[in-house]
Amino acid sequence: MSLPLVFKVAAIRQDSPNLKTYIFKHNIRAKTGQFVMVWMPGIDEVPMSIGWQTKEEFHVGIADAGDCTKAIHEKIKVGDKLGFRGPYGTSFDYKDYDHLICVGGGYGTPPMLNLSQRATEAGKQVTLIQGARSEDYLLYEDLFKQLGVEILFSTDDGSKGHHGFCTEVLKEYLEKVDRSKKICIYTCGPEVMMVKVAKIAKEFGVDCQVSLERYMKCGFGICGQCCMDDSGIRICKEGPIISGEYALEHPEFGKYTRGKSGKVNN
Amino acid sequence: MNLNTQLCNIGFPNPTVVASGYLGVTGSSLANCANKGAGGATAKTLFMDERQGHANPTILTFPGGVINAVGLSGEGIISAKHEFEKYRKLAPENPMIGSIGGRNLDELVEVARIMDEYPVDMLELNFSCPNVDGEMGKPIACDPFLTAQATKAIRKVVKKPISVKLSPNVPDIGLVAKHAEANGADAITAINTMGPGMVIDIHMRRPILTNKVGGVSGHAIKPIALRCVWEIYRATKLPIIGTGGVIKGQDAIEMMMAGATLLGIGSAILYYDMACFDKITDKIRDFMKEEGFDNVSELVGLAHEEGFDRDKLPKEY
Repeated sequence: MSLPLVFKVAAIRQDSPNLKTYIFKHNIRAKTGQFVMVWMPGIDEVPMSIGWQTKEEFHVGIADAGDCTKAIHEKIKVGDKLGFRGPYGTSFDYKDYDHLICVGGGYGTPPMLNLSQRATEAGKQVTLIQGARSEDYLLYEDLFKQLGVEILFSTDDGSKGHHGFCTEVLKEYLEKVDRSKKICIYTCGPEVMMVKVAKIAKEFGVDCQVSLERYMKCGFGICGQCCMDDSGIRICKEGPIISGEYALEHPEFGKYTRGKSGKVNN
Repeated sequence: MNLNTQLCNIGFPNPTVVASGYLGVTGSSLANCANKGAGGATAKTLFMDERQGHANPTILTFPGGVINAVGLSGEGIISAKHEFEKYRKLAPENPMIGSIGGRNLDELVEVARIMDEYPVDMLELNFSCPNVDGEMGKPIACDPFLTAQATKAIRKVVKKPISVKLSPNVPDIGLVAKHAEANGADAITAINTMGPGMVIDIHMRRPILTNKVGGVSGHAIKPIALRCVWEIYRATKLPIIGTGGVIKGQDAIEMMMAGATLLGIGSAILYYDMACFDKITDKIRDFMKEEGFDNVSELVGLAHEEGFDRDKLPKEY
């Protein structure tokens, strides 16, 4: 059954100039990389990935990026309710790897936090390469450090870490990393960045998993709103996590998406 | 066991077709269904202009089925041409049914005229969406005379076969079907969603669908769909695309026995995902073997009493 569960916001944290992390006291039991549909009554319902997650609570990092998220930012206070359907979709596969290299661009970082939690618990080595426009927009440094994750930053303006793109940092990192360990690259962020990451992974012969986002309605694989050309896979069902290599087979990957009406946005 | 099915001289490799609204936004999505076992596909209803539909939540499930108020979103008939071309390329063996809608008769006729030129095998006239009352008033299929008028006007401009999709929310669906038949319909698709219905969240203290109400489908409407198909089978001579609660092979066989030639498959995808098409056709095949049938067409209308002959129905009404 796919009806929402309703939780009260336990805490709200402003983590960057336009991203707030909403904390809920509930064991949502999401696998890393899965998403939930967040319902703001009277406004809309949008897919969101899970950030920090324990048996007691889960965090959702919501960037002000559209009408619904704007309404959540403006109207939802501690104690207010939001609805959740899910968790839905595929998850990151990390069990067969020794060293995880996570590449988070902008608001793509929250699922990397959840992945880092589970992977470090399982004794894996985790490296995070996080890119953002400037230092203020970098997310969750303390939490990643607490998990013992190695962190490399890049910013567009050079205010912290490498001055430039996180894909440049990734390339440099792969050139010197110990390849005797089984490595996988995980990425979530702007799609153009993920295309670059998937291509770099292919070039270096390293496995890669990408987290995709498309406009969604049902979330459980029946409406067809989030299907990708040309395979027709549903991002809510066969995704949002697919292998980088498979993603690269899709002509729309990094090129276009479809909006609410189904029309292609170039 | 022969599962090949003919409807309006269009050959389907098996009697399952994806029902309109399910996985029907893109050509590649429907081709994926065909490649996973669907005999054919019906695209999502298109209007002349781009439509955004209602705000989410638009599709929910409840114990017994699905409720939706997508609100006929679509990119518009002109812009959607590439989706039909893509489907044709990716699933050349599986017929495509193009579904059309319109806010008024002029728009319906214009959209039908354009769809007729697209690489589709037949047209389905969506006269029965229950989710846009506020915008368009009661669906055409709720009135036998409006159904007659609209079918007639579209028939005049369309060369390909047309199937009229009917609403269960009427006192006499057989009567509506007769009016479609008398005005040039080649087939009937029955049924569209029931209702509308509603689901309420007790913690938010309000309906969950942003549109508040939505069409009900799935297990909950199967008995209604069976009865409607039964009545249409007895009221007309038209082949029927039986849609509504066909989840498993057993449901499919019941639907064919009520009178359906093809089976519209929708919420089955929710329960059995892409395997639903093969699950249904495997069961039909097993049943035919057990019961000694060679052709799937032999099942159509079997639940009607011996001696009942559609060909003896009066021609005019």
